[in-house]
Amino acid sequence: LAGRCSRVTLRLVAECSVTKARACDLILPHCAVSTPVFMPVGTQGTLKGITVDQLEGLGCQICLGNTYHLGMRPGPDLIEKANGLHGFMNWKRNLLTDSGGFQMVSLVELSEVTEEGVKFKSPYDGEEILLSPEKSISIQNSLGSDIMMQLDDVVSSTVTGPRVEEAMHRSIRWLDRCIAANKNPDKQNLFAIIQGGLNAELRKVCLEEMTQRDVPGFAIGGLSGGEEKDDFWRMVTLSTDHLPREKPRYLMGVGYAVDLVVCVALGCDMFDCVFPTRTARFGSALVPWGSLQVKQKQYAKDFQPIDPECQCPTCRQHSRAYLHALFKSDTAAMHHITIHNIAYQLTLMCSVRQSIVDGCFPEFIRTFMKRMFPSRDQYPGWAVDALASVNVPLE
Amino acid sequence: MKLELSRVVQGRGRLGVLKELGKTGQHSLEVPGCLLHTHLGAVPHLTRDTLHTLSNLPSVTQVTLSNIAEHQEVLEEFKDGFRRFAGLHNTVLYCSLHDPATPCPTGYNTTKTVSVWGSGGRIELTVAKFMALQKTVQPDWYQSMADGETWQSGTSRKRVRKSVDRTLAHLDECLLVHQNSQELEGVEVFGVVEGGDILEERVRSGRETAKRPVAGFCLDGLQTGSMDQALRTQLITAVTKELPEDKPRLLQGVGRPDEVLACVEAGVDLFESFFPFQATERGCALCFGFDVSSDPELAAGVKFGTRQHPVSGGVRRLCAGSLVEFSGVVELAEEKTASGETRQNGDSNPADQSRMTSFEIDLKDKRHRDDFRPLVEGCGCYCCVNHQRAYLHHLLVTNELLAGVLLMIHNTAHYHAFFRALREALANDKLDVLKRRVLGEGGGQTERNE
Repeated sequence: LAGRCSRVTLRLVAECSVTKARACDLILPHCAVSTPVFMPVGTQGTLKGITVDQLEGLGCQICLGNTYHLGMRPGPDLIEKANGLHGFMNWKRNLLTDSGGFQMVSLVELSEVTEEGVKFKSPYDGEEILLSPEKSISIQNSLGSDIMMQLDDVVSSTVTGPRVEEAMHRSIRWLDRCIAANKNPDKQNLFAIIQGGLNAELRKVCLEEMTQRDVPGFAIGGLSGGEEKDDFWRMVTLSTDHLPREKPRYLMGVGYAVDLVVCVALGCDMFDCVFPTRTARFGSALVPWGSLQVKQKQYAKDFQPIDPECQCPTCRQHSRAYLHALFKSDTAAMHHITIHNIAYQLTLMCSVRQSIVDGCFPEFIRTFMKRMFPSRDQYPGWAVDALASVNVPLE
Repeated sequence: MKLELSRVVQGRGRLGVLKELGKTGQHSLEVPGCLLHTHLGAVPHLTRDTLHTLSNLPSVTQVTLSNIAEHQEVLEEFKDGFRRFAGLHNTVLYCSLHDPATPCPTGYNTTKTVSVWGSGGRIELTVAKFMALQKTVQPDWYQSMADGETWQSGTSRKRVRKSVDRTLAHLDECLLVHQNSQELEGVEVFGVVEGGDILEERVRSGRETAKRPVAGFCLDGLQTGSMDQALRTQLITAVTKELPEDKPRLLQGVGRPDEVLACVEAGVDLFESFFPFQATERGCALCFGFDVSSDPELAAGVKFGTRQHPVSGGVRRLCAGSLVEFSGVVELAEEKTASGETRQNGDSNPADQSRMTSFEIDLKDKRHRDDFRPLVEGCGCYCCVNHQRAYLHHLLVTNELLAGVLLMIHNTAHYHAFFRALREALANDKLDVLKRRVLGEGGGQTERNE
């Protein structure tokens, strides 16, 4: 089942000669996106507490919305009336919508999977809704996102046994149904999602099948859910080994700095995660040497900015001590940290990209790891192994 | 500071400019006007970027000891004053005692102390501690320590008298410390007029406070919900007769547009701008009209929002004795007769500020679900230029943080534009037109006791 022409073009700007990393320009309907890219998550048509102007000002070129949540509230009809999700939230750059598949795992108490689709019991009114591939695509067509995700049969990465195989095969069948259901193939780019759990054979079957479909991009799904990191990276690198070079690779649900750097080395281009924005609201600021819990007593009298080298609006104007105090008085404190964390993620990816373009990504990796961990024996074992597998031994 | 009045009409308000504000004397504030209400220097929900989408903000930023007191040690170690600590630039810093948006528990003030409530609980202030705080905060101007716990109805005459006596005593002590503090050189002090709802005590407080070398006067214990506007007008009128004409009067705890108008007429110059924040917290957008331009096309610009009868989420009690004569809040008359009991001290909640007024629309209401108009047609704020009611409705229904940000921007813009319109109306003799506009066409306005 071939898809029709798509509107995304991947321009390879540079490839790392040591690792599998690439720097690309992803040309999408609303603007070009420089990869590797981290995409902040704005689940309900908003990035929590941040205006679209602020998001644009930070250099964000693409962010996420969620089909399941927006499909419930306010619903696809209203959003269509508002000129799609872009019009509704007034975001002028690119949007990627997840299909609702992940909610099958996160809301597993409330869901039931059949060949038809996923039955959800609404947490708001107890009503039952069926999210089928057709329904998911229909909602995403109404949302008008630049990149849409297929509805996949998602199992938790900690599940083993025949369910994993069943889900993988079903995901292929659902991919075909999604492709057929897409009303806007020339404006909206439908990505496939590779499944197969932590089973190399199943993954390979899935890769083999899905790469035969003419889709504009591929996501690596079913990971980043609590599995062992040793298994995680092996599935990532296996997937990128079998994905076409000239199409973007989107690793879903990955957002910790170390994970980002390693998975770029393993050949991934796009990432999303709620972690940076969620942790901000708890006062956790991301920094090159880990994180800083602004609400802790030790920062009450710390008059330097979160990161003296960070150029974000928060670090240019406020100290740790002020933010610590502000957390006791006003929500604005959360917004300051959210801005900083988004800036941190985007700046990190910018530096990663630049180092690939400059041909010094391996050095970048080494410097990054040195800054992040106090000593070599604190480097996570899985990261060392993963990087070694792409020719970057860490001293 | 220097108050330059361009117009004074008895019973119709004063118009002018408060000049030479700040230690460098470079700032000014038009009156009648309001200060910029903040939590620890931050306009609620807003960071610098979102704040700066607003233009023509007041040049005076208000901070409160209820937010600051618990950080005294930090500020003392910081040494460079609150302004620097908060990253505030180019603004005059005014330090008040309480946050007008958040009424605090009463019954804790003593002869020598007043209490403020921080995030960790009650903090007791003696004059010594109060002045130590002012020295570390380093404001441009502050209100003297005051005992204002008289706003509950049924406060005894004795208690009211005590509040006047104590406040005067605190003022004298503060001034003594102030005059001997090099750190406070160039900083201005406002005396605080108390007196509850007792005319003679109000006059006494005003007269006595006026004898002290203060730069201006705060009028305390008159906040929204503490008494009806007729009484408030009567008391303010009587007090201002005792105060020098050339010093500004700042009314604490009053922010509703109808009350602002009445109090301006009674002689008030300055208000605290916490009303936009309260509207924001209840998910409402200010929409009342205040355009009085004779050009019909211009008049169409700021439309009066739909006249809503506030029926959101159940009707709340006001404290007994609170008559509302303005057409603004309609159903209270019925409510009042229904209650009929006597209130105990500490029982009433005068600042039941969660009550929606008719100056706003409730964006959680289903009718806005698919309303693609801006909050207010013709409003040039960031929210109205970029977003629609349907989006705000969605943000509120889904409990999204952005709702607070956008509403705060709009409500702040709308409120400050109202004050601009008020000044223009005074300058052009159009106060009556403005009043009709704000209070609603055909709105009932009772006669004031003069």
